[in-house]
Amino acid sequence: MIPNPQRKTTAAVGAALTAMFVLSACGGDDGDGGDLDADIENPLSVGLVMVGSEQDAGYNQAVADAAAELDEIEGVDVVTADQIPENNSVTDTMQSMADQGVEVIFATSYGYFDYALDFAEENPEVTVLHQGGFHSGDFPENFGTYWGAAYEPVSLGGMAAGGVTESDRIGFVYAFPVAQSIANINGFHLGAQQVNPDVSTHVINTSDWCDPVRQQDAVRSLLNEDVDVFSQHQDCQSTVIQAVEEAGEHIVGYHYDAVDLAGEAWLTGSTWNWAPLMSEIVETVSVDEFTGSEFNDNWLGTFAEGNNPLELGTFGDAVDEDLQNQILEEEERLSQEGESVFSGPILCQDGSELVAEGEVATYEEVNEFDCLIEGVVGNLAQD
Amino acid sequence: MIEIIFASGIAVGTALLFPSLGELINQRAGVTNLGTEGGMLGGALAGVIAGLATGSAWWGLAAGALAGVAVAAIFAWAVVLRGGNQLASGLIVWFLMLGLTSVIGRDYVGQGVTSLSTMPIPVLAEIPFLGRVLFTHDPLVYGGFLAIPLLWWFLTRTRAGLKVRATGERPLVVDAAGHSAVRTQFTALLAGGALTGLGGAYLSVGQVGNWSTDMTNGYGFVAVAVVIFSAWRVGWTAGGAYLFGAMIATASVLQARGFAVNQHLLDALPYLVTLVVLVIISARRVQQPEALSAALSTR
Repeated sequence: MIPNPQRKTTAAVGAALTAMFVLSACGGDDGDGGDLDADIENPLSVGLVMVGSEQDAGYNQAVADAAAELDEIEGVDVVTADQIPENNSVTDTMQSMADQGVEVIFATSYGYFDYALDFAEENPEVTVLHQGGFHSGDFPENFGTYWGAAYEPVSLGGMAAGGVTESDRIGFVYAFPVAQSIANINGFHLGAQQVNPDVSTHVINTSDWCDPVRQQDAVRSLLNEDVDVFSQHQDCQSTVIQAVEEAGEHIVGYHYDAVDLAGEAWLTGSTWNWAPLMSEIVETVSVDEFTGSEFNDNWLGTFAEGNNPLELGTFGDAVDEDLQNQILEEEERLSQEGESVFSGPILCQDGSELVAEGEVATYEEVNEFDCLIEGVVGNLAQD
Repeated sequence: MIEIIFASGIAVGTALLFPSLGELINQRAGVTNLGTEGGMLGGALAGVIAGLATGSAWWGLAAGALAGVAVAAIFAWAVVLRGGNQLASGLIVWFLMLGLTSVIGRDYVGQGVTSLSTMPIPVLAEIPFLGRVLFTHDPLVYGGFLAIPLLWWFLTRTRAGLKVRATGERPLVVDAAGHSAVRTQFTALLAGGALTGLGGAYLSVGQVGNWSTDMTNGYGFVAVAVVIFSAWRVGWTAGGAYLFGAMIATASVLQARGFAVNQHLLDALPYLVTLVVLVIISARRVQQPEALSAALSTR
């Protein structure tokens, strides 16, 4: 029964609530400097924009942890905003940060790039950094992008997986067939192959950076194929870890050291440690030397340079001492100039040559990988 | 391969089954609730919060159902008592819950709750094929199996069910007979909300064991579509929900087996197949509740 069709009372409430987002200043008193030895002469405010939740035990929590560390530095104030989708909300968020006097903004999602670049061009007084890396072209004087060679620690995690698997089948759940994921899958498999020549890596994609239902379903399907060690490239990793742990199998984490959540299932993982890099960038800005610096560019951290922000996580009990030593030796080897995870010969699934014998793939080349390598079972999502 | 598809399909489909049955009650009473997605979100978050607080997925499911009732109450107030437009009010409730749950849910993202454990049914689980598909699930899946005939019996064989259906056809007649169409619709919406919230909580605490922002991913809207395209029949609605779940499972099983399938097709598969199948089976015998179309036309 519709007694009075003229009423329209609820619209405003919904609109108002969905439009709200939360800018939070990091708590904690400035002062003791934490573990970072940054020297800030002119106090300044730093803003960090995140695409997901600060508590996701994954990509965004790693950023939030770095934000908390930055806030410990004397002379640095930190403002954060999380769960900002990759649309005009990013611009609005950065604008409100700038209005509050923020001088350095870290836009920490790959999909923020265009918004961050436009914002930098329109706001020359704010230094804008994009997290995600690798974009060609000339950057304005107040803009840069940074990233780490993720496939390096990922290949070390692959060694742990290859050493622990009993079925010789390991699984990798990825989201989209982007260059970074392809490099991670290939690196993971090469690492596993080093310690276990019989291993095969089975891949499934979820078509979403964080869809728990599809993640769980992917794990279920891989379990059905006798996969007993898992890894993933997703933004949030709780669901995959929980599903693997419940099945009594093992997991190699990504983005964040989730050893507490994974318990017995945890082998090792790759974990972002952004704070040293971010504090260096903030320091550079504070002395007005950002323009023309290495950060005003495509900045990349690697093992060889000793500055890869993606580090190897803690080892779980299932990784015995021999295997741990083997992994650490490999880390040592990759840290030498001219060594690479992708040293030829490496073949694609169809037998064509990806990296020629005697060659090593440069970071630029890795970013153009468009095939999965021999020994990986499954296909890249087709367009 | 077919076995795992059906088994996963039943598990995933259960999260869609409860909201679909809830929406079926709503629509048989003459109200389309597009806020179903919002009710699922509320249920999913409330489930995780209660699950974390009590350490039990069962309390989580109960809290989820309650949250679903609360969300439905907002919608029912707007539509039934204040005469708001059904579609607009539903969408507003969805937006409201999307904003609310993403703000409140910030502190709960990714925290693990122990999800429901599976309880294979003795003897029955040993049956080849069917045993694994039907009888190796958690208790709520079996609850879903029971809910289907129960709802059918309620709607077709009880006085209260008759009142619901009559309200969905001719509310004026219900009022003339001395019953209250408003009260019937309000109650039906709350009952539908409970099932919707339960579905959301089943997703978060029953299945995956954590909360993530906007984790329902449009399943609430799928539930609404399933009801419409199943021609408002209980059995077909349930079949549509399970079929959708099975198609989601198909996408990952095909990949796990190493089949190369176009990604866009894989992503669209659950929606395509569910719609096509339901349209085909319901094409000849559509019996839309009269009040539904009346409520949605401009009067």
